[in-house]
Amino acid sequence: MRLELVPRGDVSPWARVLAPVAAVIAAVLIGGVVIAVMGRSPAAAFQVYFVDTLSESWGLQEMAVKATPLLIIAVGLSFCFRASLWNIGAEGQFIIGALVGSILPLYTAGSGAGFWVIPLALVMGALGGLAYAMIPALLRVTFGVSEILSSLMLVYVADLVLDYLVRGPWRDPKGFNFPQTVNFDATLPFLADGGRLHAGVLLGPVLVLVAWFVISRTLFGFGVRVAGEAPKAARFAGFDANRMVLAAFAISGAAAGLAGVLEVLGQIGQLKPGISSGYGFTAITVAFLGRLHPLGMVFGALVVALTVIGGESAQIALKLPLDLTRTFQGVLLMCVLAADALVSYRVRIVTMARA
Amino acid sequence: MAGASGREDQRDGPPLVSLRGIVKRFGTLTANDHVDLDIRAGEIHALLGENGAGKSTLVKILFGLLQPNEGEIRWQGQPVTLANPEDAGRLGIGMVFQHFSLFDNLTVAENIAVALPKGEDMRSIAARIASVGERYGLALEPGRPVWTLSAGERQRIEIVRALLREPRLLILDEPTSVLTPQEADTLFVTLEKLAAGGCGLLYITHRLEEVKRLCSGATVMRAGKVVAACDPRQESVRRLASLMVGSEVMEVRAAAAHQLGPVRFELNKLSLAPDEIHGVALKGVDLAVRGGEIVGVAGVAGNGQAELFAAMSGESRAEKAGAVRIDGADAGRDDIDARRRRKAAFVPEERNGHAAAPRLTLSENVVLSRHATGGVARHGLVDASAAKAVAAEISRVFDVRKGRVDPPAGTLSGGNLQKFVVGREILREPGVLIVNQPTWGVDAGAAATIRQALIDLAARGAAVVVISQDLDEIFAIADRIAVIHDGHLSATYPAREIDREKIGLLMAGTAEERPHAA
Repeated sequence: MRLELVPRGDVSPWARVLAPVAAVIAAVLIGGVVIAVMGRSPAAAFQVYFVDTLSESWGLQEMAVKATPLLIIAVGLSFCFRASLWNIGAEGQFIIGALVGSILPLYTAGSGAGFWVIPLALVMGALGGLAYAMIPALLRVTFGVSEILSSLMLVYVADLVLDYLVRGPWRDPKGFNFPQTVNFDATLPFLADGGRLHAGVLLGPVLVLVAWFVISRTLFGFGVRVAGEAPKAARFAGFDANRMVLAAFAISGAAAGLAGVLEVLGQIGQLKPGISSGYGFTAITVAFLGRLHPLGMVFGALVVALTVIGGESAQIALKLPLDLTRTFQGVLLMCVLAADALVSYRVRIVTMARA
Repeated sequence: MAGASGREDQRDGPPLVSLRGIVKRFGTLTANDHVDLDIRAGEIHALLGENGAGKSTLVKILFGLLQPNEGEIRWQGQPVTLANPEDAGRLGIGMVFQHFSLFDNLTVAENIAVALPKGEDMRSIAARIASVGERYGLALEPGRPVWTLSAGERQRIEIVRALLREPRLLILDEPTSVLTPQEADTLFVTLEKLAAGGCGLLYITHRLEEVKRLCSGATVMRAGKVVAACDPRQESVRRLASLMVGSEVMEVRAAAAHQLGPVRFELNKLSLAPDEIHGVALKGVDLAVRGGEIVGVAGVAGNGQAELFAAMSGESRAEKAGAVRIDGADAGRDDIDARRRRKAAFVPEERNGHAAAPRLTLSENVVLSRHATGGVARHGLVDASAAKAVAAEISRVFDVRKGRVDPPAGTLSGGNLQKFVVGREILREPGVLIVNQPTWGVDAGAAATIRQALIDLAARGAAVVVISQDLDEIFAIADRIAVIHDGHLSATYPAREIDREKIGLLMAGTAEERPHAA
């Protein structure tokens, strides 16, 4: 006996939309079983994880703040992934974006420089991420180096550069030798009281709309889709494959860099090690959770942000380990991929019965 | 072969193999619908049918690759189950596939050794290759690496590989599709010797002349069903064809007499290194095509057709601008879109994945090849409604059958998608049309539509180049014929003056290099 995947002929668009929702429900059920096996009450965990977070202003604000970098990075990555380019190094582009975007705030700290620092810092952050993403892109275009390895390895380089700067040249002289910079003056304004909802959150939806327009309406977006679907057809259409690699990496690098500088100026207010907590990697989950569709990724980013915040709350209230959150994210991604496969294919059990 | 006695005593007993009421369904499609087939020892039996008639499915069932939903397989009268190709192999069923499964970098002997049970040393394998080769006229050098061999030689490896397992039934799937006419003749001698030795042969093809010449029994399939079982030697080619197609064969109408215009498409000493390892380099290709004519480029697969198409379309650019000229202007350095703006149009061989992106809709596939020439994209934005209108127009004019208004291209049948990708270019009314394998693997109706459209386009003044491995197609539509062999293009010959024999020699690369004909 064995299992066979048989393609389904016609799949309704509704099935495709509902599949991720079903996946989330399945993941929650599996998570409940895991918690029960650990000897805790799944109902209490559900309350802490989801109900509390979603019913308080603080929780909702925190969700938006966490979802924003994930969403922005994922929207950028979707250009690469749609073109079948595997940029795994958004984490590094995020860090370099944060670094480059911090130059102006760092050197203007305490000087009373005006509001102009913020927009410039955002642009510099995006350019920093873009430049860093050009390394794997150019390596691929000129030498045929696998972008998967080069972009991933550059994450560690970026991490160490950040570490060097905050422990060395950029360290706050009055910071009791902690590896961190001074507190910046140029930080993003808050939008609400009683939480950390900062103005950078507004950029998320804007970028989603722009990305949706580019992918679905422009010739460039069309080229990205064709390049991923059928590379030979893209060549036949006259889309230059190398230019496509550079453009997709530029977009995803700029988005990750922008997310990096937003995180520093919106939430942290200074540079220090560990500014990212893995946003660049988690965003890959978000991108696929949202089926690489701009609106889908909004859903994906919110769900993942919810699991992160819920996981923190559960850690405090129920003493559940943080690893559980990661496990849950893993289960969620598996469920989404499975739901995806089940929408497109029917599982058939083949027995060795005689004809 | 092993266990085979004379031919006569097997005439009366049960057939070597018989299929009874075989049904195979894939989802809603019934690929085989109660198929019966008998093959006797010593018989060369033809399985005839168009692409999609269900021949491949039936053969895969017989070789143990697929399991039937209903029906029975009897081997010498005994019911058997063929769960996998090993079961089939144990009974003595061997198969020569249409697409070779050979390792290019290994030698002939090594390629044969991998298919044999373990433990035999290379020297004894080489000796057996030599003895089988001698017996059946299958000359092979065991030590040659496969990538240096011609298609005919590669096929011989596949056949020897099957013969070394001493089959009692040998299945051959479209064996002549990659051979020159002369290579095919050599193959037929081999097959006749095998049959005389008592081996049963199932010969799958849609080439009717071969069947009449070679086979003593034929089963004709159409749309999954057996429509006739006959003795092909008693039938006319025309009748066999109409059995296969289901109606009288459509033939193309020749164009009305028209004047040839000036040269619209020209290649001048075009040389190009291949993109891929084991690709074919183009070597000094010259060609001039005038408005109003169709030039056919014949050749055995893998002799540079793909590279020639890429060089003509601009997917590969030439080094010198003058190597490719469109309507008198240098276009060698132009990319494919720039050539399209010069009113050239292109249809590559592979429908799914090259001419069209299978998961994109038809209207999106209109944008694919038309975005540079106006109408469906403006200022970097895609005009989806204009593209839909064009897709609808193509579907109407070329009778593209589809389930929905704008389905993904990959859901269309081969013939319908081919009509779409050819129609997409022809409705642009191009001045130059380059098409590679325009009717490969499509049904006869679609093939006739496409060929007629090509003839009509040329009659309206376009220069048309048709690269094809189907000689019948080339003779049906081309005004002049050239042959590509190992990256060289021969001179062109008027289609009325050149015969198959001459083309066969050119295809094999054995004709004189520079004949005086033009």
